[in-house]
Amino acid sequence: MKTTQILIAGFGGQGILFSGKFLAYKGLTEELQVSWLPSYGPEMRGGTANCNVILSDTPVGSPIITTPDVLIAMNLPSLEKYVNSVVSGGQIYVDSSLISAKVERDDVEVFYIPATQMAKDEGISSLANMIIVGHLLENNPELSFDGVAEVVEKLVPPKKAALKELNMKALSLGKDYKK
Amino acid sequence: MAERILMKGNEAIAEAAIRAGCRHYFGYPITPQTEIAAYMAKKMPKIGGVFLQAESEIASINMVYGAAAAGMRVMTSSSSPGISLKAEGLSYIAGSDVPALVVNVQRGGPGLGGIQPSQSDYFQATKGGGHGDYRMIVLAPASVQEMASLTIKGFDLADKYRMTSMILADGTIGQMMEPITFEDAEITTYEKPWALTGTECKRKHNVVNSLYLKPDELERKNFERYEKYAEIEKNEAMWEDYMMDDAEICVVAFGIASRVAKNAVAMARAEGIKVGLIRPITLWPFPNAAFEAADKAKAFISVELSMGQMIEDVKLATKCQKPVYLCNRTGGMIPSPDEILASIRNAMKGE
Repeated sequence: MKTTQILIAGFGGQGILFSGKFLAYKGLTEELQVSWLPSYGPEMRGGTANCNVILSDTPVGSPIITTPDVLIAMNLPSLEKYVNSVVSGGQIYVDSSLISAKVERDDVEVFYIPATQMAKDEGISSLANMIIVGHLLENNPELSFDGVAEVVEKLVPPKKAALKELNMKALSLGKDYKK
Repeated sequence: MAERILMKGNEAIAEAAIRAGCRHYFGYPITPQTEIAAYMAKKMPKIGGVFLQAESEIASINMVYGAAAAGMRVMTSSSSPGISLKAEGLSYIAGSDVPALVVNVQRGGPGLGGIQPSQSDYFQATKGGGHGDYRMIVLAPASVQEMASLTIKGFDLADKYRMTSMILADGTIGQMMEPITFEDAEITTYEKPWALTGTECKRKHNVVNSLYLKPDELERKNFERYEKYAEIEKNEAMWEDYMMDDAEICVVAFGIASRVAKNAVAMARAEGIKVGLIRPITLWPFPNAAFEAADKAKAFISVELSMGQMIEDVKLATKCQKPVYLCNRTGGMIPSPDEILASIRNAMKGE
């Protein structure tokens, strides 16, 4: 049985819910069981946002994540809040252009990606989230980078077709990122 | 097989309602169920249906009453404080024997409370809410797929028994996305000879009303209605047994609480504790038969997002012959699997 619990957290407006949705759809196309649970309410209008995504090859029990296998932290309060909840042997992805703090745990794998700066440099400043998702997929072969184009196609509405290419660009930047 | 699509629980209710033949939706926005109204606003005009955002919850439930009296498949949806406002209309609908579907995506209370998930409207849904002797069929989905299937079931039961079916969900199931498939559901249509459809000068006038000033008439009506309720209690109870075959400890939970409880049951099983779960799917009628079958259980634990409401029905179902413990969070908080596991361990020790 393989179940991956992914917690994504940051500010409202960073595309936290969208990147979660992307991973959920990715799981759907891989024929996995998935659940996606957003924080809702005032935090959607600025402040903090987070999103619970579970991908599993067996039916998902509780959709609420208390001990994530993977944490994506897009701001410092989120990292501080969740860093100790990550399971031993888990992964933490840190947007290091927004967070200068380091993770003081040696039982987890930590990836520091200056995603917000990279996105700015490439003129895709709203897509730091997808750079991190690209890196996550590259590091987790069982989720696999293959097939991302299909998911982008599904998720980006036709009215915003130009965003498809930009999302693909962000995902590739993350995939190819070496520190 | 139909395609798996990702959908929010709230959207699944709306889509299922349309597939069940509902063409009339009246509502008023409130978090965390607004996606239902939004979905209806987008879809209904395209399929010749009616979406109307009323001036208040009270207006919307009375529009439901009117459309139901006219024989239409009709629904409204709201969240806890909004359902309190609809209580008067729910009582009138019950007193007039017309079918309707009402959705409550619960949030924390009392009062305006909060907007996070809750199950503290259990009493309101299963024991009344409005005034007078009446019942509603109360369905408790635990997944996005069930948000859809129980909506379809709810419309069917409402028409079959000429009464209100309530979907008692919560903010988590409403807001979460899961894969869902829409198989082509078989929709039964019911003759409604009592409906206000126009006489065309061919029949006597139908009257839909809840006013009976002669006490003996009102008593007779109430007795008749309770005969119907007895039939429903006999025929319509639904529940899921999970690892109950050899269970010595029985967790009882519905909706989102049952999802967390399943994780806790799996954890306790890994420790060698013989524990199972009864998940009521209908809250009224309460699935008493499930408890009669759980004869190996030495103790029960009611897991709820409330101060303990369903626990009273668990005590009644077990005839108070075995200990029933409460494991609960409230106000928008959800118990963790660890908290439920601790409760299971304590129950093993008889605490």
